[in-house]
Amino acid sequence: MSHDALALPPLRTEIKLAEETFLTDDFLRQLINVGEVDVLVGLATHNNAKTIGAIVQSIQSCILRSYTRDRVVIINADGGSRDGTPELVTGISIDDLRPLSNLHSLRTLHSISTQYANTPSSTAALRTILAAAELLRAKACVVMSPESPSIDGEWISKLLHPVRYDSFDLATPTYRRHKFEGLLITNLLYPMTRALYGLRIREPYMQDFGFSGRLGSEFLSQNAWADGSGEDGIELRLTLAAITGKRRICQSFLGQKEHVERRSADLVPALRQTVGPMFATLESTFSTWSSVTGSQPVPTFGPEHEVSLGPLRVNRKRLRQMFSSGVAELETVFHSILAPSTLVELQRIARLEEEDFVYPAELWVKTVYEFAASYQKSVINRDHIIQALAPLFRGRVLTFLTENRNGTAEDVENNIEGLCLEFERLKPYLLQMWETRE
Amino acid sequence: MKEMIISELSQALHELARGFAHYLPRLIVMLILAFAGWAVAYFVKVLLRSLLRLLRFDKLSENTGASQLLNKAALPPASEVLSRFVFWLVWLGFILVGVSVLGILGLQEQVAKFFFFLPRLFTALFILFFGLLAAGFFSRAALLAAVNANVPSPRMLSFAVRSIIIVFVLSIVFEELGLAEQTMLVAFGIVFGALMLGLALAFGIGGRNLAQGFLERRFLRPKKEEGEDELSAL
Repeated sequence: MSHDALALPPLRTEIKLAEETFLTDDFLRQLINVGEVDVLVGLATHNNAKTIGAIVQSIQSCILRSYTRDRVVIINADGGSRDGTPELVTGISIDDLRPLSNLHSLRTLHSISTQYANTPSSTAALRTILAAAELLRAKACVVMSPESPSIDGEWISKLLHPVRYDSFDLATPTYRRHKFEGLLITNLLYPMTRALYGLRIREPYMQDFGFSGRLGSEFLSQNAWADGSGEDGIELRLTLAAITGKRRICQSFLGQKEHVERRSADLVPALRQTVGPMFATLESTFSTWSSVTGSQPVPTFGPEHEVSLGPLRVNRKRLRQMFSSGVAELETVFHSILAPSTLVELQRIARLEEEDFVYPAELWVKTVYEFAASYQKSVINRDHIIQALAPLFRGRVLTFLTENRNGTAEDVENNIEGLCLEFERLKPYLLQMWETRE
Repeated sequence: MKEMIISELSQALHELARGFAHYLPRLIVMLILAFAGWAVAYFVKVLLRSLLRLLRFDKLSENTGASQLLNKAALPPASEVLSRFVFWLVWLGFILVGVSVLGILGLQEQVAKFFFFLPRLFTALFILFFGLLAAGFFSRAALLAAVNANVPSPRMLSFAVRSIIIVFVLSIVFEELGLAEQTMLVAFGIVFGALMLGLALAFGIGGRNLAQGFLERRFLRPKKEEGEDELSAL
């Protein structure tokens, strides 16, 4: 199995990395034993024993079926699992699959697991995977989220193929989602990324994605985490790095995105992971986004998106109440962040009856842009700015739910498209605020 | 007799003239020092005011809540107050140095005490400023956390956090200044103890249900209405 590894002399980069790296000696030893690879599959895990077995088997089956001539490694970066997840990853032997599928690999397939910390951190996990990819000189890499039970081998192929064979540097996913799933993506991340950088990437915050070794090395050398600014939202930062680095980006339709239930209180961490990094990178990427007007589609394999319309029962009253109380209680905070006219308008809609309640797209876009400008100016602590957005986002969600309650897939798409165009139309407003620094 | 009176008078006048001649240069030095002090203090004031404006000190003091206090007291902005304070401090320092040149024994001791007190005054001001900054930061953090967790009365919680920190900071400031140390220590102990006891009683007995609700929300998954679905942000 490991003839390639034995044939390789120690590489200069390996020695350099071994001297400077944050990787453990044991992990480094395992990587050096693997040698160079063509394909790397990364799994960032933390207590995923329920799903990880099936996912690893899917990966192995996909590799045996479609990448028989490639040298492959599965890297598991674990954040201190206590349910035996790492053991499951390394314990599943490829020999288990052979009798079932009659598939054979002509090259090597390794599985390695390392614990990067005792507590989970997507940044540390991805950094470990990127460092391993650089050390092994992987040509194409794919990172899969271990949370989703619906992953099959096809997902890996769909993300890997464009990078391995079509010279793309980044393959972002698109999914079939319920119309009310991923609301932060549809109401903020996608429209704002599109308006700022001019590319219609449906899932800028990626949980499953493929990337080239070149992009990985470039991103790793940017060292965005050295000053602590890259602590959150590493997935979004990678997308933005690919955009600003003018790398070739595509989208691949993967299939149904399973709903992973989270607490509603998880909204603030979600904002920190996504909106925080998006606002933070605006400063360094100003020269790129300030000159962009309009937007272009990116090459897409499969449908650009799919929407399911099943019934969903949402507590609209609670959303409404949390919006109104947020606007009232955080008035002093909003005084520092928002323009007086925007705040007055928010206070007006906060007083509306539930059936009359509308948070218009224009007001929402202005709110987001004013938050971005305030974040850049650090009018108050930056994390407080992100937290203050949560109640307002709930208000916007309520309007989105109301507008699309009986909407078809096309209606929902038109609604999102309308919001995107509003973000593009009001981009000069952000530029104007950006240029009038205090 | 007449000659004696004239002699005594002329001697007294001579002594007065000698004394005046003795003190006149010192008086002139004191006046020069006072005048030079005014010029230096004015220069320091202008320089400090510009520097504070450049560093957006008023914005910072707005965030600490100090500006609101100044507004209520009909005082100018924080940068102006601080630069005026430094002006008077520097000028007073020069005047006191001038007074010590006069060689009046009792005054010299007071002047020394004043200069000995200055470092403590600056330390106290430093603690007060950063204490107010911390109070503003933590009260806002509490307010945001309470709003996002849908906790009732977030402003009251935020106010309580701010008050506790300010009381704590003031007690340290007074201790640093050496003003009524014992009184302040006892007063702080009483206020802080009473506050904690009051909160414990109010939360534990009066607000038993509220406490139960709070702990449930904090540590248990929120109860969903029957059939209610969770929305996913990402």
